[in-house]
Amino acid sequence: MANIDRDAKQKGTKAQNIATVLSIIPGLGQIYNRRYLKGIILFVIAVSFLITFWNFIDIGLWGIFTLGTIPREHHSIQLLIQGLMALIVLSFGLAIYAYNFIDARKDAKARAIGKPNPTIGQAVRDFYNNGFPYFLILPGLLMLLFIVVLPLIFMVALAFTDYNQYNAPPRNLLSWVGVQNFIDLVQIDIWKDTFFSVFTWTIVWTVLATTFQIVLGLILALFVNDKRIKFKRTIRTVLILPWAVPAFVSILIFSALFNPTFGAINRDILSQFDIMIPWLSDPFWAKVALIMIQTWLGFPFIFALFTGVLQSVPQDMYEAADVDGGTRWQKFRHITLPHLLFATAPLLIMQYAGNFNNFNIIYLFNEGNPAVRGQNAGGTDILISWVYKLTFETNNYNMAAAITIIMGVIVMAFAFFQFRKTSSFKEEGRY
Amino acid sequence: MALQRKTKSKIEVTFMYIFIILMFIVIGYPLVWTLMMSINPGTNMLVTKLIPDNPTLEHYIWLFTDPASDYLLWYKNSLIIAVLNSIGSVVITSLIAYAFSRYKFFGRKYGLYMFLLLQMFPALMGMVALYILLTTIGLVDSIWGLLLIYLGGQIPFNAWLVKGYYDTIPRELDEAAKIDGAGHMKIFISIMLPLAKPILAVVALFNFMSPFMDFLLPRIVLTDPNNYTLALGLYSFINDQFSTNFTRFAAGSILIAVPIALVFLALQRYLIGGLTAGATKG
Repeated sequence: MANIDRDAKQKGTKAQNIATVLSIIPGLGQIYNRRYLKGIILFVIAVSFLITFWNFIDIGLWGIFTLGTIPREHHSIQLLIQGLMALIVLSFGLAIYAYNFIDARKDAKARAIGKPNPTIGQAVRDFYNNGFPYFLILPGLLMLLFIVVLPLIFMVALAFTDYNQYNAPPRNLLSWVGVQNFIDLVQIDIWKDTFFSVFTWTIVWTVLATTFQIVLGLILALFVNDKRIKFKRTIRTVLILPWAVPAFVSILIFSALFNPTFGAINRDILSQFDIMIPWLSDPFWAKVALIMIQTWLGFPFIFALFTGVLQSVPQDMYEAADVDGGTRWQKFRHITLPHLLFATAPLLIMQYAGNFNNFNIIYLFNEGNPAVRGQNAGGTDILISWVYKLTFETNNYNMAAAITIIMGVIVMAFAFFQFRKTSSFKEEGRY
Repeated sequence: MALQRKTKSKIEVTFMYIFIILMFIVIGYPLVWTLMMSINPGTNMLVTKLIPDNPTLEHYIWLFTDPASDYLLWYKNSLIIAVLNSIGSVVITSLIAYAFSRYKFFGRKYGLYMFLLLQMFPALMGMVALYILLTTIGLVDSIWGLLLIYLGGQIPFNAWLVKGYYDTIPRELDEAAKIDGAGHMKIFISIMLPLAKPILAVVALFNFMSPFMDFLLPRIVLTDPNNYTLALGLYSFINDQFSTNFTRFAAGSILIAVPIALVFLALQRYLIGGLTAGATKG
């Protein structure tokens, strides 16, 4: 009995291996399994894939390595994009190819243990059942790949080329220059100075603006949640207003309010005390104004979030603290604050990441100005608005891309913290 | 002692009210100022007053009736993008989130990681490539190209949001339906969708509103003033000669800020609920 079992197993393994090896030509393994229709379909798919995409992939891969060889005729940027697309198409092709192996192997095994081949109707049903989640995500996945992922990879690729205003297709060919752009960024004076001043301001900006938002939101949430405060609904509605007004409108309004010639802040308020502050032309005051504006724009979200969470803090914890004679500060420090921060940590991290990349406020308030001598970024430019200027105003694509990669690394650090804090992943064990 | 505590409590409450009233002023001042600017006659900012001597609606009338005003055209463009973006994003994300919430498949976990990561990368990082891509398929300077970018770009955040909500719908429901012989699509349409209505409404609304509020993408993609969205159009009022058109800008802003703010205030508690359910659930 055991012998026969082993025999069957051996035969099964052998059949599996044959089916797998035959699958080097797509479909052949399935024909060996006597699943003719499936084999033919796989074969037809493979052949039409090759016929349709062979040229595209061939040129694409050639293009991505060489970036073209004849100036004016070969457009390096188009070749680069085609190359990236070719890689995506190729990986889809390889996925189907891999499926062809795995499937042949699986069916061979099923045959070896004596399962009858399914009828066509059943096979179609199986395919539908197993493939269903893939059908669901396919449209979205394709959009995501071409609209979000491809551009990001393209940007990464640009950082390793010499694509700038003076060296641009179709007039010139681009070439791969390795990490030269990153070396320039820390070695050539103008880039080095600009990079370090913009980088430090970006960090200061991210930390200060976001922390102020959070602290103000927290204080207000605690105040409004206090039992002794009345008109809670009205107060909450008003406090959320800055979030409800479209941000670009508010920023442009503030930009006008801070305008030194006609803005109300200098003209109507500060003039009472005989103060005139150069809000837009002095880098320091522009930065102060930006942080204040962002606090105004951002605290309502934190306020609303904390208000929601505050109501879920279990009351018996406070009662227990009362019994133990805990002071109010102790209750806040050891019950309320940990609860708030724990429940909202991922969203707070997102707030920091959001301000790190907050292009809108910098650009709309003052376009990153005032200009600073010896730098090619404005005094209030953060990394992302500097990248925007480098890309769309001075066409320093390669440097813009290099800086983008540095930003990407920092953003990934934020994301890493978020992964660890997001508990949605913890219940993945259910599958 | 008791009296002392009462006085202390009173001082605290007064302090809190003062702080809140202070915040009211800080919040209200820019908004009221804008409203007042919009009813100031003329376009010269240097002579505007917080409380104008002769309040007028001329700027509002100008926006709608003057032949030089493209306001209605921009409104139409924004509305087209908003409606299609709203419908499209609900369809795409509800399907993706269903797969991620209920099925086990190859790449599932990495897909979730990818969504979390991608939602932190701003669109600007891929802007050059997007611009070149749209040029190659002939959709640059067209609202359809913009719509396509919106639809793709919203996936990571919303799929995550909706998946978090689906996860809270008891699995027993679809298992029972499966036993009764319901197919994949049937379960999705007759069980998941009705139960997920609140979060889908939020997705629909926020994707409806975002084209009205977004500035950066239209700025890069659209160049012809006939294709402008509202945000871009309003910016063009003040971009060139800041002080000369601000009163018109103020009027135009009020007209989009008011409806958006109203809708937003009505719905914000759903958003908070959705965010905390999807992202924290701790």
